[in-house]
Amino acid sequence: MTTALLLLICLVTLGSAATAMLLRNLIHSVLLLIGSWIGVAIFYLSCGAEFVAFAQLLVYVGAVSMVVLFAVLLTRRSRTDVTVSADTVSRAWSAVMAGGAVLAVLLYGALMTTLPAASAHGPAAPVKQLGAELMGIHAASLLVIGMILTVATLGSVVIASEEPSGKKEDAP
Amino acid sequence: MMPSTPQDSLLERAPQLLRDLVTSHLPEPWRWFANSLIAMIVILAVFGLLFAALTLVERKVLGRVQNRPGPNRTGPFGLLQPIADGIKMLSKEDIVPRDADHILHFLAPVILLASTVMAFAVIPYGRHLVPVDLDAAVLYFFAVGATTELAVFMAGWSSHNKYSLLAAMRALAQLISYELPLLLSWVPVVMISGTLSTTGIVAAQSAWKWGWVPTWNVFTPWGFAGFAVFMVAALAESNRSPFDLPEAESELIAGHLTEYSGCKYVFFFMAEYFGMTALSGMAVTLFLGGWHAPLPSLEFIPSYAWFGAKLITLLVGFIWIRATFPRLRIDQLTRFAWKFLVPLALINLGTTAFWSLSFGWTGPLQLVRWAVAIVLVVVPFIVMGRRLSSGVAPRTYSYAT
Repeated sequence: MTTALLLLICLVTLGSAATAMLLRNLIHSVLLLIGSWIGVAIFYLSCGAEFVAFAQLLVYVGAVSMVVLFAVLLTRRSRTDVTVSADTVSRAWSAVMAGGAVLAVLLYGALMTTLPAASAHGPAAPVKQLGAELMGIHAASLLVIGMILTVATLGSVVIASEEPSGKKEDAP
Repeated sequence: MMPSTPQDSLLERAPQLLRDLVTSHLPEPWRWFANSLIAMIVILAVFGLLFAALTLVERKVLGRVQNRPGPNRTGPFGLLQPIADGIKMLSKEDIVPRDADHILHFLAPVILLASTVMAFAVIPYGRHLVPVDLDAAVLYFFAVGATTELAVFMAGWSSHNKYSLLAAMRALAQLISYELPLLLSWVPVVMISGTLSTTGIVAAQSAWKWGWVPTWNVFTPWGFAGFAVFMVAALAESNRSPFDLPEAESELIAGHLTEYSGCKYVFFFMAEYFGMTALSGMAVTLFLGGWHAPLPSLEFIPSYAWFGAKLITLLVGFIWIRATFPRLRIDQLTRFAWKFLVPLALINLGTTAFWSLSFGWTGPLQLVRWAVAIVLVVVPFIVMGRRLSSGVAPRTYSYAT
């Protein structure tokens, strides 16, 4: 029962994320990506981590989605103005390398961490304890993650708003 | 402290008894399922009927404020007007633009209505009437509310209409601007109550000072300021006048709803009223003592009646505000949010911290505590209000002579 549920959540999360990368319509991609984030929230909920699930909904579905949508709308002129292939070879290589580095770090982190054994009386950590830990020993990592998110958003805007110098659309 | 009698009076337990009458003979897993189902049906029925009644009350009250009778032809005193409206709207043709993104165009009202209805799940309607008692209920409430922004965007974008899209962006700018003061305004309540659970927050407001003054959050300086910020932000979040720019009927051809008709339009309309009701219910829970009676001697009246009375008072207040205030401009709207409400809500966090730290003060220090807290609330309000309106008000008009 729980395995089937877990597989279903995985299917929804990964499936929508994968489809988001393949679609030509950027808005559809973003909406599917949001679907994927909701899948992650449902996964947290199925693990009994209520607080994290609601925070995921509030932050990702409520706020980050809006940042992404605004970025897409403000930088693209038309629905068809999407390049699926990379602009240059060097850019493609740097994308692969950056993605590979992130994957490596995540895999290293996931495989090398020894998780405490699941307790029998349910994993529900009280919200108070979560908050104390987030503001206590994990405060620095929280700030770093926030910085990375901001930089990523700014970087995506910079990349997307690059304009061919020959075009003079705004000239009177 | 609480007398023991009102908790167990027949009226207080009537909803439970009625439910158990239906579900008590079912086996255990089915019983849980049937109880949940009944809770959902009751919530949908009660708030659906409240929505119908509210549309009538709104039109009647607006009519009286504007010195006209309001709807008075359908049934006695126009009482059947919501039914006529409902039949009309549901039987209307559902027009979808040819170039619209059909799936998203359909999904937008569904997501909006679903997320607003989900918000009703965690509000404690009475002493024994909490549909879902979550540990992080307040967070849940605002997390499902965050989905409305997505629905507004989907509605504006999928219509393939530049007016819809522009209006959706304006609506999003407003929703995002006011989301911040809305979220900041209830943080003080959580700070003082020490819990995110709605039942815990209501329980924290259950005591009586001197035996008769209720210790509701609104009767403290930080609570009053938080309540005011919350209600203003709630007005803006539910697109109610004077913040109804997203679908200003008279000038914007209904904004992101331009291409919606028939049942889908009703969904948006219902979602607006449901959102308004849910936010009012949350305001009652957070600041107005939830289902508690205002006086100890009035506790014989069941708790859900008190909740309903407070809820309806707030909703009629919403209508009154709509009848009184003119609509803001978009620049006034965003400036009001970022330069006034957000700083006020942030300062209120400091006031609450002071209130929390001075918890042990007694005797004359109590007076000092109240005075400092009131000054912390009032002075920023006056200073920022002056600065915000300097150069703008009072306006001078030059008339042709």
